[in-house]
Amino acid sequence: MNVLIYLIPASIIMGALGLVAFFWSLKSSQYDDPEGDRHRILSDRWDKEPPPE
Amino acid sequence: MAAPVSACPACVAAPLAEETASGSYRGNGGEAKRLILSLPAIYCAACISGVERGLAAQPGVRSARVNLTLKRATIEADQSVEATHLADYLTGIGFEAYELDSASLSSTETDKRSRDLLMRLGVSGFAMMNVMLLSVAVWSGATDATRDMFHWISAAIAVPAIAFSGQVFFKSAWSALSVARLNMDVPISLAILLAAGMSIYETANSGQHAYFDAALSLTFFLLAGRFLDHRTRSVARSAAEELAALEVPRAQRLTTDGADETVSVSDLSAGDIVRVVPGARVPVDGVVDTGESEIDRSLLTGESLPVFAAPGMALSTGEVNLTGPLTVRVVAAGRDSSLHRMADLVAIAETSRNRYTSLADKAAQIYAPLVHLLALAAFLVWLWISGGDVRLSLNIAVAVLIITCPCALGLAVPAVTTAASGKLFRQGMLLKSATALERLAEVDHVVFDKTGTLTEGQPEPDNLDSIGREDLELALALAQGSAHPLACALRDGARAAGITPAQLTLVHEVPGKGIEGNWNGQIVRLGRAGWLGAQACDQTATYLAVGAGTPVAFTFTDALRDGAAQAVGALRAQGMGVTLISGDVPAAVADIAARVGIEDWRAGVLPEEKAAAVAALAEQGRRVLMVGDGLNDTAALAAAHVSISPASALEATRVVSDIVLLGRTLAPMGGAVTLARSATRRIKENFAIAAAYNMIAIPIALVGLATPLAAALAMSASSISVSLNALRLR
Repeated sequence: MNVLIYLIPASIIMGALGLVAFFWSLKSSQYDDPEGDRHRILSDRWDKEPPPE
Repeated sequence: MAAPVSACPACVAAPLAEETASGSYRGNGGEAKRLILSLPAIYCAACISGVERGLAAQPGVRSARVNLTLKRATIEADQSVEATHLADYLTGIGFEAYELDSASLSSTETDKRSRDLLMRLGVSGFAMMNVMLLSVAVWSGATDATRDMFHWISAAIAVPAIAFSGQVFFKSAWSALSVARLNMDVPISLAILLAAGMSIYETANSGQHAYFDAALSLTFFLLAGRFLDHRTRSVARSAAEELAALEVPRAQRLTTDGADETVSVSDLSAGDIVRVVPGARVPVDGVVDTGESEIDRSLLTGESLPVFAAPGMALSTGEVNLTGPLTVRVVAAGRDSSLHRMADLVAIAETSRNRYTSLADKAAQIYAPLVHLLALAAFLVWLWISGGDVRLSLNIAVAVLIITCPCALGLAVPAVTTAASGKLFRQGMLLKSATALERLAEVDHVVFDKTGTLTEGQPEPDNLDSIGREDLELALALAQGSAHPLACALRDGARAAGITPAQLTLVHEVPGKGIEGNWNGQIVRLGRAGWLGAQACDQTATYLAVGAGTPVAFTFTDALRDGAAQAVGALRAQGMGVTLISGDVPAAVADIAARVGIEDWRAGVLPEEKAAAVAALAEQGRRVLMVGDGLNDTAALAAAHVSISPASALEATRVVSDIVLLGRTLAPMGGAVTLARSATRRIKENFAIAAAYNMIAIPIALVGLATPLAAALAMSASSISVSLNALRLR
């Protein structure tokens, strides 16, 4: 059962990484225009512009 | 396309370079200006790139970004760029666009709240998944020290997560409690806090059952419902704000030395003189001081025919000046104006509607007391059975609170309204009020306004065929110089018929009367019957006289709004009564009623009578849907069970109505009622599903057999089945 000492922190850290990634996506306003993003992904235009905010 | 004046010579010199390297313009070194345009008609990937590429090619534009969710474009540009130019340009290339007052848009605030909710949702989701995984070990039979360790780790994750994510509910519950009221958040907060507190106590005492996972999934599912609800409403709210931002209440006041100054309407006082140019709305109640013109009163009274205005005539706020410049002496502005009196009428009518209780409230009124009484009863009965074992009794009471799944109740309404209002928004209908969908589903009688609602408010000539070619050529030559709606309609009609204008000299507009010109030495006039000495017919008409000859009448009918007959047909097919009530003259109303297929119509109705007619229908037990756009409709809109107005309506009218039609067409109305009905059916089904789960779960919890595993299963299963049921909405 000693393996738990490594496994539990490892699983929590990986979960926390996911949470940090979620925070980052939230901060970089990736949920502001779900409707537009779903169309934009199909556009062949090179879109390097960040949203003006 | 006219090239707008640019502050940047390089942009004009290299338009091609701009086009290929769109968005690469970095500005002229000055501070950037942020402009917001409303784009109500965009819907596709091609629209996004079309608008962005088009805007980026405009001189002075540094960057443009379309938000398709809010149907809006945000533009960074040089100070010299005017939003109206960009809006005109976009409209010119086929994307309907309007300038928005970026100062009056508080969109950033709703964005912040939405992000905040999403952040809390993410934290509770992360914590829920981790604690669930840890709980699996406990459910599969961990004992003693291992179980305690898993419980402590769960507590370490759950307590901060609940403290952060649950604040939404705690704050709302506290604000309700502090004014001695109960809302849905009170039982929710109680369940979350009791579950967490009880679990910590059990963990400290090496107990068997800890409900950390249940407390967290409760928080997660309820936050999901809250987020959906907020998202739906913020889209609606921002669109409603946009409509408000389209109108900027300003007036041109004449100073004592004869110059104009632009002032806010609220700064005007009685006795001031304001200038009203042709095409502008009269900003105040007043009396014409100088000038002659024609006035379009259709939004206030429903009359489709413009009336003549001369010095001494009273004007009301909201009327539109058509042909000649006027100066108006202010009689009443702001609070005392007729517009404001209309608002009082609305306030009276609205009180009846506020009595409506939404389905969610009805469910909460049954649910909250029932569950709390059950939990309390379980506690007391078990205290008696076990002979005073407080820990056991409290455990069972908490199990009852958790297993009754307020989460399914919390999701039942938002999941359905989100799906439904998303569908309606795509069809061009905006739900402004949270309960509008439920009320729309109950409708069994529809009352339409005529001018501007069933009709475009734009006349079109209907007797061009019976008029000689020479007269048409003369009429076109006279009409093409004027901005009067009848002249514009005549011009468009004649051009469409392939008429070329006659050669006239000395064409000039006589404000308030018509247009005059010289043709081969004869005076030709196009205008009002009174001016030409013609016999006025009972239809909307303008008259042409050549020299001293007999005037020829050009008659007009109001063009039907796109989809009007279709909407009326669809509503009638659903078995609803349809009535047309208008302030216009009987002949015009009868004509429109016949064209859209309405048998029951009334003409010459005053605003108060409209509201009274709607109230009378309500008294007969009818649930009335009122569709109108004019100020004369506002009281009736407020008195109706639910109301719809087109986006072209005045702000005062749109504020009152529950649903705004964003497009020009009325066609989606029939489908909207059907959709509202199936949405309400889904909401009721969701409540039934939640109730069915509780029927099974509550007895199990009451006899003390509920385990954390059972609670987790019941909660997830009911939440997921409720959400799936909402997605079935067609």
